[in-house]
Order: sequence, then structure tokens, then C-alpha cells
Amino acid sequence: MNSPFPVLSIITLTPVVAALLILLLPRTAKQEARLIAAAATGFSLLLSLFVFFNYNVDFANAATTPEQMFQFQESTPWVEALGISYHLGVDGVSVPMVLLTGLASFAGVLISWGIDDRPREFMAFFLLLVAGVYGVFVAMDLFVLFFFYELAIFPMYLLIATWGWKDLREYASMKLTLYILIGSVIALVGVIAMYFVAGDATGTYSFDITHMMTVAAMPNSPFDAQVLGIDGLTFARLWFPFIFIGFGVLAGLFPFHNWSPDGHVAAPTAVSMIHAGVLMKLGAYSALRVGVQLLPEGAQVHLPWIVFLALINVVYGAFIAMRQRDFKYVIGFSSVSHMGLVSLGWATMNMYGMTGAGLQMFSHGAMTALFFSCVGMVYDRAHTRDIPSLGGFSKKMPWVAFAFIIGGLVSMGMPGLSGFVAEFPIFMGLWDAGPTIALNVGAWSLNNYYGVIAIVGVLGIVVTAAYVLRVVQQVFFGQFNEERYGDVGDVTVLDKAALVMLMAALIILGIWPGIMAPMIESGVRPIAQLLLGGA
Amino acid sequence: MIDWTNANYLPWLIPVPPLLAFGLIFLITNRSWWLTVATAITATVTSWVLALAVVLRSVGAPVLGLAAPEHFGANAFGSSTPWLNLGTEQFSLGVAVDPLTVVMLFMVPLAISMIMIYSIGYMAHDPRKERFLGYMTLFAGAMLTLVVADNLLLLFIGWEVMGFCSYSLIGFWFEKESAYKAGVKAFMTTRVADVFLLLGIAYLFAEAGTLNFRDIFFNEAFLEKLAQTPALLLGGGLSAAGLIGVFIVIGTIGKSAQFPLHVWLPDAMEGPTPVSAMIHAAAMVSAGVYLVVRMYPLLEAGADPHHGIYSAPLLLMAYVGAFTALFAAIIAVAQNDVKRVLAYSTISQLGFMIAALGIGAYIAAAFHLITHGIFKALLFMSSGSVIHAMEHGEHHAHEHGHHPHNTFESDKPFDPQDMRNMGGLRGRIPATFWSFLAGGMALAGFPLITAGFWSKDEILAEAWTLGLGGEGFGPAIFVFILLVLAAFLTAFYTTRQLAMTFAGEPRSEAAAQAGLGGPRSMVSVLMQGPLLVLAVFAVIAGFVGVHPDFPLFGAIFSPSGNPFHEFVGGTLPHHPPTLAFNLIPVLFSFVVALGGIYLGYLVYWRKPLAAGQVDPTQAALDRISPAIYAAMRNKFYVDELYDAVFVKPAYWFSETVVSRVLDRGLIDGVLHFIARAATVIGETFKRFNRVVIDGVGDGIPQGIGAFGRWFRAIQSGNIQQYLLMVALSVIVIGIVVFWNLVR
Repeated sequence: MNSPFPVLSIITLTPVVAALLILLLPRTAKQEARLIAAAATGFSLLLSLFVFFNYNVDFANAATTPEQMFQFQESTPWVEALGISYHLGVDGVSVPMVLLTGLASFAGVLISWGIDDRPREFMAFFLLLVAGVYGVFVAMDLFVLFFFYELAIFPMYLLIATWGWKDLREYASMKLTLYILIGSVIALVGVIAMYFVAGDATGTYSFDITHMMTVAAMPNSPFDAQVLGIDGLTFARLWFPFIFIGFGVLAGLFPFHNWSPDGHVAAPTAVSMIHAGVLMKLGAYSALRVGVQLLPEGAQVHLPWIVFLALINVVYGAFIAMRQRDFKYVIGFSSVSHMGLVSLGWATMNMYGMTGAGLQMFSHGAMTALFFSCVGMVYDRAHTRDIPSLGGFSKKMPWVAFAFIIGGLVSMGMPGLSGFVAEFPIFMGLWDAGPTIALNVGAWSLNNYYGVIAIVGVLGIVVTAAYVLRVVQQVFFGQFNEERYGDVGDVTVLDKAALVMLMAALIILGIWPGIMAPMIESGVRPIAQLLLGGA
Repeated sequence: MIDWTNANYLPWLIPVPPLLAFGLIFLITNRSWWLTVATAITATVTSWVLALAVVLRSVGAPVLGLAAPEHFGANAFGSSTPWLNLGTEQFSLGVAVDPLTVVMLFMVPLAISMIMIYSIGYMAHDPRKERFLGYMTLFAGAMLTLVVADNLLLLFIGWEVMGFCSYSLIGFWFEKESAYKAGVKAFMTTRVADVFLLLGIAYLFAEAGTLNFRDIFFNEAFLEKLAQTPALLLGGGLSAAGLIGVFIVIGTIGKSAQFPLHVWLPDAMEGPTPVSAMIHAAAMVSAGVYLVVRMYPLLEAGADPHHGIYSAPLLLMAYVGAFTALFAAIIAVAQNDVKRVLAYSTISQLGFMIAALGIGAYIAAAFHLITHGIFKALLFMSSGSVIHAMEHGEHHAHEHGHHPHNTFESDKPFDPQDMRNMGGLRGRIPATFWSFLAGGMALAGFPLITAGFWSKDEILAEAWTLGLGGEGFGPAIFVFILLVLAAFLTAFYTTRQLAMTFAGEPRSEAAAQAGLGGPRSMVSVLMQGPLLVLAVFAVIAGFVGVHPDFPLFGAIFSPSGNPFHEFVGGTLPHHPPTLAFNLIPVLFSFVVALGGIYLGYLVYWRKPLAAGQVDPTQAALDRISPAIYAAMRNKFYVDELYDAVFVKPAYWFSETVVSRVLDRGLIDGVLHFIARAATVIGETFKRFNRVVIDGVGDGIPQGIGAFGRWFRAIQSGNIQQYLLMVALSVIVIGIVVFWNLVR
């Protein structure tokens, strides 16, 4: 299904054009730079809403070929000799991610209005980052996907290293860049291997995802062929962990998560929002799209142990968050914890869990963007993030307090908000997966342990409640230090607009999950069917 | 299209007004107290009227031209709408009214409306009173949602929203640290239980593909199958139904404050008193019991407690409930805070219900849930009225230059909630006294004329018949013995409370000046009017559930069978059996209630406590060992134990083990090691580069240069040196030539 006009390209490239425009402005044109950035991200947001509401779920559910599973497709040959084409398209998993990017980037520009240190450059890099993120979600060619993936990381480095928190920015930006680059290089090696194996078997060398999907679905697929002459070791089984974990680094998968809290803390507020809100989803999304969808046989073998890493994420991140003194580290580790739920959802390999994971990606994205904007607003005015020395801020900035509490309720899975509609299916998926999934290591085999994972996983939710309430109590309630924070004022109208926008997303999805769940379902259904072995 | 004249949509409307009011209050009216009051009262009363319409329709009264349906339990009325699709399954959110819902709809909106009216008087001088009413309406809306829900998911939504409201309301006076902490404690403790409930719901859905109550309970083949499927984990012969049931019961243990998760409830007394009434009577804790009553067919799957076959969840309920009933009653005896006594009595009474359900006394549990809801709301509001009067008295005394001080521990600030400071209030606030008396006697189970007697008696009767009195089932015997003891203590501590509060002479200045501003003041009317309404129900509500064979009363109130039993029994697929009337448990009920009251009268009423006097119970127990009363006063140190066993280790674990050792130590350590190793390697490479590679690269030109420099030395211009060179050269050449010749 092709779109009447190249909407995905426009969404992706508008920020790039805007970034170039901004760089052409004179150094003194600060306000103009902000306005252009807001216009560009706002325009992309509107178009992503257009895509969201025009995505045809019935059509996607009726799809039988890989080409039909994606909508709004556009394709132009790029480097024909290598089988690279500029191929864009979206399915039910990526549409909500595009919308999320739109929301988070527009909100990010709004709350960055006050940045006065070289706002021109800041906005330009920020827009490049946004373009990279959009690009990954709409890419249907693995080369294009990697292209945008790296495009997103580069401005990230500069944004953190230049506008970040002075004490940590050099360390954190370097740590983040190295982690993500190494992860992506590992994944890239796997993808190139797939390119050659698929090409050798079919005679067509192409990075196109639909081509790879066709190859993966072939009888006697080259991905299922034995490699290295070892019994039981197929191509998919060999490469799946590299690809999944390589991308998983960006999703904060344990034990490769430590770049993320440091990165979040060092980054300026808007960048933290994009970073935790959207960038981490790039990892989870790519791990699904490239790892699980193209190498399902590897997923079946490896996800039963990767699930333990995800479980550690959930519980471990929550425990660490509970004892942080730095407000922003709390949220940083909460992201690690919540992204673990996404990986848990992928690891269920069934419709419930994967739909839940898709919903969780959106819900966590909007929630954590909301969290980071709240943290930023408090920090900008109080000039400290040390939790024990804050207190009573609900009186000075009631909107922020309210928004933070809403975000907190989402994160602890309160029904009526999006966190619940995301977490509940994940836990249901874990129960449901219990009897069908087994972990085999040689002669040793572990059965029926997904239920235990569910039980341990909910502990993470309990601890989440503990750290959220702790922060709410110590930052927003409690004693207000009139002497120290007497001159702290309320947030601006633009800040409030950003908060309202993000809260609205969380509340609407919570009350009416039907607006997004069927779409995500249409996206994960073909993947779940692959994992159940055809059908 | 929705046909709003269809009665099936009526239940949807019941929770709507308070929820709407919540939105209105927070968004629009929050600056005007009277608009807020009008909104809140209109909303709750509208719900009440709608609920009454549903109740009347359901019991057969002709309302809206509708008559009661046949076999109401199976043919409940309601409707549902799809909410969330997952795979092939579809979640629907819907509402339904069946007999159990009807009796809840009788009690809950009544209590809520009364509490709301009372709140207006109670909170009239609070700076954030508008927000208070806002939360209260949300609480009410959530509770009503829970009651009319036709599926576990909607029920859970109401359940969780209530959890959040209780957090906000208990910690409403958040400037006070103890209040905020109590809110967090309530939220966290119930949260632990809630996640297990959530797991149970997820498991049930994974097995059943639906969460609709009737679809599950009326599908006997499915329940049978579920009871025979082994549980996914924990083994030990537990069935899937058993494990789901256990998860659900854990949810109730948290929400209804049963041992060992009871600790949040006494602390919840930090909230304003209307909140206590809401939490302890109309909503939260009732919701917990309502859940297990609602889920009873599932909990009972594969078991038959009337024939001595118990399932895991039933046993869990029987033991936990009975133990909690006695445990909390013992603690209540030693409490001096007027609200804390009631808090422990709530825990104890909820234990009665849960134990009853555990031995299969379904109707009795539901009956006690209703009567308790009414008289406990009454008691809490009465105690709030007492506290208000005491604060008023304290204020008054201040104005006259007196500074009230505690009759004990006089170094601490005056505590208007401490019963040791009270006494003699009967004359100061008579309307409150009479309503407190009505509530207290219902709680104590004063025979024949209080609601509490009839419902408690029914529990004891079933426990007797199934246990000691005939069938001899172990759990029923256990439950009977513990509950009889608990009932005795209940009567005792209730009388103690009444005596310490109202009897004798005032023990403090504040008590002597206590009052609600005269009988005609607005506060006085708003706060005492609801008490009188509930007091009437606390007396008469029991008469709907009299055993038909009960002497005299049975003939008057139940000429054609026990109405409550007949009606509520219709909720279940199979009507629960009516047990034969037996005089022995009735005698027990009489003896423990009257005995407890009489003992309390002897110790506390006849000779009221003097200011500063040691509590007579303490004096008596101290003769055995002072440790006993101290343990009771300190709630058997459960809080301290949890702090030592869970809270501190959790903090230690997250701070030391996870955060410092694992995350910053090990993982970052490895990373930093790699970084440092990389630096070292880099340094080595740098040296290698400089010494070897640069050595080679630079060495060649350098060598040439050095050679040149050295070679240049030859041309020194020194004749003798040239000659020497020549001579040496000749010699060398000569040797070489000679050498060659020799060879």
C-alpha cells in the first residue's frame, strides 16, 4: 500500500531541512531558531498524527505477503549495485513509535525554549537527532536503518558533551557513544552476514527488509542452514544473540545498561526526553524488527535465556532507583527498569506479551519524557537535583507536581492510565507462555519458569511504587525551604503545554487502549506467527 | 445506538455522578467551597437514588415499570462494551447487577452519602477542604465502579483507584510527616498484595479467556477443569484454580488488612476521620471482602466445605481470618487512641468475615459485610465527632487561660484522641453518645436488638454446625473457637471504649469544655444528623437475616424463610444449603456478648477511670508479667519486625548490593577496567609505536645520518691520519690476499 504523497519522507526530512535553515541564520537569531525548530517538529508531529489515524488496521490484518504488511511505503533505488534502496514504510509497531517521536520532540523543543547558550546550534543538532530517530522507525531497508541509527547517535554526543551537566558530560557522552556504537557495529556485522547468506541463496543481494522476510520464510531458508559444521548450530541461532543484544544495548539490556542512566543525567532536559523517551525504543524496536522478525528460529532458542536479562533489568533498575539521591538518576534507572518490561514482552513470543511490549514502548516513552521534563523544570529553578535538599515544590509549581504524579502512577501501573494497559498484557503473556517455552542447554532443560518470572517481575512494580512515592514525598511535598528557594517561580506556559500534551497521551491511552492496541496487534501478529512456527 | 430507557444501562450511571463531580471539583469549582459542597452532595445523593432504584427494582418493587427477573443471579442485568483486544481474546468492560451487588448497593451509597454530609461539617475549617471533597468523590466513584463491575478487570480498576485515593487521603495533611508516611505505608502494603492479585487476574485470563464473573462462575465444566489442572508452579498438588484463588486471597489480605498485611490500617488513622469512615466501612476494606465473596465460586472450585473438602484458598482464608480476628481483638484491648481501637476492631471484624467465607459460610460473610459497613461507618463518624468536640474543648480551655495537658505522659502535647483525656462526654454531646452506643452495641453483638448480633450469630452458627456441633470439620472447629474468643474480647473492649469516653467525670480541661458548638450550630447538625440515620440502620439492618426457626424473631421477620439468605443465595449457581437452627451457638453468642459487656461494665463503667490511673486491665495483666500488656500496646511489635526484616534489608540491598557493589562496582568496574586496560594497551602501543615502529621508520634515516656524520670524520685533513689509514688498508688487503692464497 503506497501513500498518495511521500509522507514518511516528509516527516523524516523536515527536521533536517529545518536544521540546515537554522544553521544559515545569523548567530544572533535565537528566537528565530527556536521558532523554526518548533514549527518543524510540530509539522512532523501533525503528519505523524495523520499517519497514525490513516493507518489501516484491517488491511494490515489481511496482509499475506511481507510487502502488504507495511503501509505508506515509498521506494527509490539508491546504490543499486549493492542492493540498497531508499525504502520507507510503517507497520503497526512502528506507527506508534513515529507518533511518540513526534510528541517527544515537539515537547522537547517547547521546554528547551529557555536555553540561551547557542540555541541555534542546539536546535540544529536536536533536529538532526530527531530526524535520525524518525528514520529508524520508518526504514525498511537495513542499510537505511543503520544510516539513521548512526545519524541519531552523532548529534547525541555533541548535545550531551556541549550542553550537558558539567560534572559528567564528557564521561557520559563518551560512554554512551562507545556503548551504542559498539552495540550497533556488532549488530551490523550480523546484518551483513545475513545480506550475504540471503544473497548467496537467492541470487539477489538486497538489504531490503521485505526481501529478508521472504528469505526467512522460505522452505529450507538459508537462515536455518547449519553453519560452522556444528550439529544444531544454524545461521539464525549463531547470529541472533549478536543482533538482538547488539541492538539491546540501546534498549538498556542488562548488563549493558550503564551508559543510559549516566547519559540521561548528563544530558540537557530535552535530550534526556528524546534519549530515554524515544532513543531507547530504537534499540528495542530494531531488536524486534531485525532480530526476532528476521531470525525467528534464533529467537526461539535464545529468548528463553535472554528473558532473565530482561527480568534483571526490571527488578535491578527499580532497586537502584530507590536509593538514588539524585532526582535524575532515579528516573534514569526507572527507565532501565521499564525497558526491561519491553524485553520481557518480546521474550514471551506470544500476542499478549508482544502487544503489551508495543504499548509499553509508547507508554514508557511518553511517561519518561514527562518525568524528565518535570525533573528539568525543577532543576532549572532549584539548581539542584539532590532529593533530600528539595521539598514542598508542589506549592511553587503545582503543574509539575501533578504531571509528575500522573507519570508516577503510570509507571506503577495504575489502571486508567497507559502503564496498566501495557503491563497487564505483558504479565498475561508471561503466564500464557509458561507451558510452551523451555530452556534447553545440552541435556539440561528448564520448563515452566515463565510464571516465576512473572512473580519476580511484579516485585519490580512494587519497588517502582516505593521510589516514585519517595520522590513525590521528598521533592513535591514535605517541607519547603523558603530561604533557599524563595525566588523559585512557576513554570512557563510552554512548559505547561508540553506537560499537558504528554499527560494527555498517557491518559487517553489508559482510558481507551482501543485507539492503539489493535494497531500494535496488527504489527506483532505476523511476528508472533513466525515464532509459533508458521500458521 | 444506546437506548437510555433500557434498565440495563442503569448500573453504568451509578458510579458516574461522583466521578463527574471529581472532575468538576478539580477543574472548576475548587475555589468555591459552597459550589464544591453542592457538587459533591448532588453527585453522591444522585448515586444513592439511582442505587436505590436498582435495589427496589431488584427486590421486586415496581420501579420504572420494571419487575424483578427470574433467577436473578444468572440473569443479572447490565451491559458491556469492548475495551481492549488482545489476540483472539477481547476484554470487555461492563456492569451487572446481581443479588450480591444489590445488597452492596444498599449499604455503600448510604454510607457514602452520610460520610459526605458529615465531611462538610468536619472539614469546614480546613484550608484544602475543596480538594478533600474532590478526592472523596473520586473514592466514592471508584468504590461504586467496583461494586457494579461485571468483570474482574473493571473491579481491579476501581480497586486500584481506591488505593490511590486512600494514599492521598490518609496523607491528606501531608505537612505532618506521620500522616504522609501513613499514606505511603497504606499504599505500599496494599500494593504488595495488589500485584499478586494482578498476577492472579492475568493467570485467570490466560486460562479462561474471559474475566466476566458470570461467564466463569456459571461455567461449571471450566471450573472443574481448572480445579484439576495442576498449577503452573509451586507444585505441591496445588491446582490452577487453587493458585489463582490464593493470589486473589492475598489481594484481599492486603486490602482488608488481614494478618500479616494488617499494619497499614491502624496508621491510616492519621487521615481525617471521614476518610477513616470511608476506608474502614464503606469502601476500601469492604472492597477486599467483597472481592472474595464475589470470587467465591472460583475459590471453592473443586472443594465442598459443607462436606469437609477444602481448597487451598479456602483454608488460607479460614486460618488467616480466624487468627486475625482474635489477634486484632487482643491488641484493641490495650489501645487508648479512640480511633485506633476502632481500627483494630475493623481488622478483627473483617477477620470474622474472611474466616466465615473460608469455611463456606457465604451468606453469613456477606451479611456481616453489610451490617459491619453500616455500624462501623457510624462508629468512626461518632469518634470523629468526639475528637472534634475534644478539640473544640481544648480550644475553649485555651481561651480561658487553661492549658490542657495529658493526664499521662504530661511532657507530650495534648492529644485530643486519647481516651485517657476524655470521660464524662455523655453530657456534653448526647446525640453522639447515643449513636456511639448504638454502633458500639452492634459491634459488641448485643443480643437481639442490634444488627451486629444477627450477622455475627450467623457466622458462629455455621462454624458450630460444621465443626463441633456435628460435622466435626477441623477448620470449622478452629474458626469457631477463635471467633468466640474474639467476640468476647470485642464486647469487652467496646464497653471499655464507651466507658472511657463517655462515663464518669471529665479527666481533662478539654473534656470538661468539649462540645460541637451547641445543638443548633451547623457543624453540630451536619456531623450528628448522619449519625442518627446510621444508628437506626445499625439497629434494624439485622432483621433481614433472621433464621426462620429462631424463637419468636424468626416468626416475625422470616415467616417464609430467611430473606437475606434467599436473596443473596441466588447469586451463586447453586443455592447454598440452609443449616438447621441450633440453640447452642445462639447461647454462645449471648454469653460472649453479654459477658464481655458485663466485664467491661464492671471494670470501666461502674468505677470510671480517674485521671492518671493505670488501666485496670494493665494492672491485672502486669501481675502476671508486664511484658504481656506492653506487647499488646505495641501491637506485638509487628511493625518493628517488618522494619527489621523487610524495609531495612531492602534499602540495604538496593543501596549496598545492587547500587554500589553490582552496578557501580562490578558492572561499571568491569567497564572501567576495560577502559583502563584499553588505556594501558594504548600506552603500550604508543611506546611500541615510538620504540619499534617509529624506531624502524625513524631509525633508517637517523642511521644514515649518523653514518654520514661518522663517515664525515674520515675527512679530517690530517695527513698522518690519512697515512695511517692507507697503511691499515694495505695491511688489511694484504691479509685478505694472503688468506686467499693460502686457501
